[in-house]
Parts: sequence; structure tokens; C-alpha cells
Amino acid sequence: MNALRTPREVPGSAPGRGPATVRLDPTPVRPRGARRGRLSRRLQGVVLSLFGPIVLLGAWEALSRTATIDPRFWPAPSSLVATARDLVVEDGLLHDVRLSLVRVLGGFALGAIPGVALGLAMGLSWPVRALIMPLASTIYALPKIALLPLVIIALGLGEASKLAIVAISIFFLVVLNTMGGVLAIDRSYRDVARNLGASRLEVFVTVALPGALPAIFTGLRLALGFALTVIVGTEFLSSRDGGIGDLIWQSYQTLAIQKMFVGLFATAILGWALTAALDLVERLVIPWRQVD
Amino acid sequence: MAALAPVRPQTPLPARPVAPAAPVATPRALAGGQIVATGLGRRFEVADGWVDAIRDVDLAVAPGEFCVLVGPSGCGKTTLLRILAGLDRPTSGTLDLAGPAGGPPRNAMVFQGRSVFPWLTVRANVEYGLKLRGVGRRERRAVSDRLLETVGLAGFARTYPHQLSGGMRQRVAIARALAVDPDILLMDEPFGALDEQTRYLLQDELLRIWESTGKTVVFITHSIDEAITLADTIVVMGARPGTVKATIPVPFSRPRGLAQVRSDPASARIFEQVWGLLRDEVRDARAARGPVVLR
Ligand SMILES: Nc1ncnc2c1ncn2[C@@H]1O[C@H](COP(=O)(O)OP(=O)(O)O)[C@@H](O)[C@H]1O
Ligand SMILES: [Mg+2]
Repeated sequence: MNALRTPREVPGSAPGRGPATVRLDPTPVRPRGARRGRLSRRLQGVVLSLFGPIVLLGAWEALSRTATIDPRFWPAPSSLVATARDLVVEDGLLHDVRLSLVRVLGGFALGAIPGVALGLAMGLSWPVRALIMPLASTIYALPKIALLPLVIIALGLGEASKLAIVAISIFFLVVLNTMGGVLAIDRSYRDVARNLGASRLEVFVTVALPGALPAIFTGLRLALGFALTVIVGTEFLSSRDGGIGDLIWQSYQTLAIQKMFVGLFATAILGWALTAALDLVERLVIPWRQVD
Repeated sequence: MAALAPVRPQTPLPARPVAPAAPVATPRALAGGQIVATGLGRRFEVADGWVDAIRDVDLAVAPGEFCVLVGPSGCGKTTLLRILAGLDRPTSGTLDLAGPAGGPPRNAMVFQGRSVFPWLTVRANVEYGLKLRGVGRRERRAVSDRLLETVGLAGFARTYPHQLSGGMRQRVAIARALAVDPDILLMDEPFGALDEQTRYLLQDELLRIWESTGKTVVFITHSIDEAITLADTIVVMGARPGTVKATIPVPFSRPRGLAQVRSDPASARIFEQVWGLLRDEVRDARAARGPVVLR
């Protein structure tokens, strides 16, 4: 049969008048300035992604100003700008952000680097997998914040315990994603390497690692979100040590609602920035990944 | 047979040849390796017993011969090729392999399905085996330039495979195998997933390459036409367990053109013969519920 078929009915056409035809107009290919085409596509994406937050903030602003919602608890976003400025200038908001950032990145590195290594080993070797898997899947399911008291007993109240809890929280997540990535690599890639004379180490470096990279990055992106959640929670619980979580919790305790909201926004922006940075790294590290 | 390097079942894999012998193929008259398999078998352990993927396979491939294996799917063609490639060990029988200058031959396999590394550019894929052998950058480059030219991908050296068509990717896989200048080229349905026209083009290309290098080729296909076009010898395999049913010489002269083979009445006769052998096998294989499990 031919690929072009005539539908029996077209919406809007009266029945019984015989088959209508459908015409598909061509989509013109953008001329040489394809870069421009892609850029404007990206711009469109940015505009679309900003749409949600702007509508939300706008509605919030309007509802708060008209006192439809209680402005004491829901201060208008515009009124937060001055508070944010004061916090930056007088209360060291940026210092808190930096403290949290260092804890997230430090704990992230401490958990992710060995996590990737172990995940690769588990993916390549079934004895390692059999040895670690039961432990990994059990701990993976445990809410990591429940381990905080234990970590504090082991490492004290300082920075070490905060780095450790972040590292522990993300470790098995990264391990399992990496292992899954290795296991999903088509067997023939490994056969090609072996057939052309690759040693075990060479198979590891030239096949397992690059083949698992997309899955590794999926794991890292999830891990980053986890790390942020855990550090804010930890800072809630061990206040007086600074950090964004501390700021939010202290503000809540003293009913400094405006400050609390600024802390929330700072957390959101931090999370967004970290994710964007990871996306950038991914694009640099996996140039072969298909775009779009 | 003194020159043959024997491969006995269940012996440790021979150490990989360390000498980074010159990988650049200067066309030689007979550069091929020799294969002699006697009573070769491979038994797999499965959940409730064993399966003989191949049993009692006798196969002799002369240096420079183009040998094509045909048979119903599941008859052990891939298993046999993996054993020839050193990727798997036989569980019975013996396999003797010899390089053109004595000693173990170098082989390279072109795999069924996806095998071009998506994370390497076309050039890096082609140079992969040479890099493992520690061949220097300039020399690698010379080889990849020449082979990309040969397979018609000269303009795609810096491209990643996902930007290529299936046929182009298969050419990369072939170029990658040729780059290490193997004595034996093992090809597992290399053109199986391609459209007919692309297939014809690549068949012609492969014949040209083979005729100019004199390598030994063992080539798997499910297309009888393809077998007749390419082969010196067609080895027909049967299933359950996989064995060699017949070895049929293909007498057409070389160099061979596709059109020429098609118009020769002798090809119809060979087609009849091969199909006659395969018909029952294919029917049996279709009727089978699963592999024959030995308990
Ligand atoms: N690793 C394995 N474990 C168990 N059975 C296998 C394995 N590899 C192949 N087989 C079995 O061996 C038979 C031959 O497989 P294969 O060599 O892939 O056939 P072909 O390539 O001719 O289609 C099949 O029945 C298959 O199920
Ligand atoms: Mg097969």
C-alpha cells in the first residue's frame, strides 16, 4: 500500500461528501544559519522554562499584596529583595551559602568518586557484585539521615560528620547506577576489545568506563539532589554550625519569616546552579551523547 | 601440520602476542591464516542441564580462502566463530590455527549487530586495535587514513557513530578489523541489518579488499545469495546440535562481480543445492520449542 492514504473523514468535513484529502505543507529547512536556528531554539527553551516560576511568583505577589494570603507568613517576593540585601551585607548570607556549598561538594566528591569505582568493579565482576550487592541494596533503601547520630558519635559534631553523612547518602546511589550502566553495555563491545587484544584493565578503561558514563551521570544528578537535601537537613539538626539550613532553621525559630524565605530561595538557586554545572560537565565529558 | 598452533579444549588462552608487528598491510599474495577444526564441540551449561551449541564440527579453511557459513538461526554459527576468534573455548575436539609465517595467526572479528564504539570517533574506532598494540600516533593515522579511504568514509574521520547510517557503521567495523592486519577475518552476519543496495555495495567492496590482501575470511550469513556471491566454499550447518552438513565449493572465477554471478546458470544450481539442505533444517528449527537439553 502507498504511504499516502486518504482518511475517510477529516474533522470539519461533512460526512457523505466523499473522501477529503489532507495536505501536509512542507517545513522549510533553515538556511545556513542553522546555528542561529538552534540558538533561538535554546532561547525559546529558556523563555518556556522561566514561564512557570514567573507565573508562580506573580500570583504570589498579587495574593500577598491584596492580603488574600497572610503577608506575615507569605511576604510578597518583592519585599524579600531588601531582606536579601541586608542578609548579604550584614548577616553573612554568602558565608552560609559557601559553608553549605563546600559541604555538598566535599561530601559529593567523597561519596561519588569511590562510588563510581566500586560500581564499575561490580559491573565487571560477578564475585564483587555477589559480595557487595545485598549490602548495597539494603543500605540504599535506608533513609540516610537516620544515620546522622551514628556518624556524629563516630566523627564528632564538626565538619567531618557533615561531609561523611553527605558522602554516605550518595555513595550507594552512585554505586548502583554505575553498576547498572556497566551491565547494560552490549556484550559485543567487550568482545571487540578482547578480540583486538585488550587486557582487563584496558577493557575497564576503554569500554566499561565510557560505556557507563551516561548512567553514571544519571546517578550523579540524583546524588546531587540527595546531597543538598541531606545537608540542609543536617544543618537543621546541628545548628550553630552555619550553612543555609542553619539560617532557615534559626529564622523559623525566631519567626523571622522574611529571612526564612530568603534562605529558601538561596537553597533553590544553589541547587539549580549545581545541576546546571553538572549538566555542563556532562556535555564536555560525553560529547558523543546525542543532543535532544 | 607442524606449523599449526594447536588450540586444545580447556587450556588457558595463549598469551596475547606482544610483538607490535607492522600493522600496515602491504598487499601480499597469500597473507591468510589456516584453520583446521576437528570434532569441535561446545557444550553450554543451562539451568536444567546442558545444551550442545555445536557438536563434532569438522572445518578446514585454507590460507586465503573465503569460507561462508550458512545455517538456520541457533545452529551455532556465532558460537563457532567466537571459538575461532579465541573469545570462547571448545569443550571437545581440537582447533589448529596457523599464521602465514607459522605461529599463531592474528584474527579480527566483525560482530553481529552493534559493535562500533559510540564513545569514539570514526577514526578512533578504526585505530582502536592499533592503539592497544602500542602503535605510534603517526603510523595509526596512516593506517586509518588508508582504510577510511578504502571503505569510503574519508570525510567522516571526526564524526561520532550516532551520526552515521547503519551501513556506514558497518564499514567502520570492517575498517577497524582490517586495521590490525589480521591473517583471519571473522565476520558474523556483518551485512545482516542492511538494506539490499547497501549490502551489494559492501559485498563488492569486501571482495575487492579480500582480493587485494589475500586474507582468510570466515563469513556468516543467512542469505544464500550472499554466500554464492562471496564464497570459495559454502559450509552448510544444521541445527540441534549444530554440525556441518555439507561443504559446497563455489567454482566461479575471480574477480567476481555481483551481476556476473547472478547471471550464471551455475549459481541457480548451487542455490538449489544449499536451499535443499537448509529447508528441512529451517523447518525443524521453527518447529522446535527450545534447545535440546541434555540431562
Ligand atoms: N552463552 C550461552 N549459554 C547457553 N546457551 C548458549 C550460549 N550461547 C549460545 N547458546 C546456545 O547455543 C545455540 C547456538 O547459538 P548461536 O551460536 O548464537 O547460533 P547462531 O549464531 O547460529 O544463530 C543456541 O541454541 C543458543 O541458545
Ligand atoms: Mg548468530
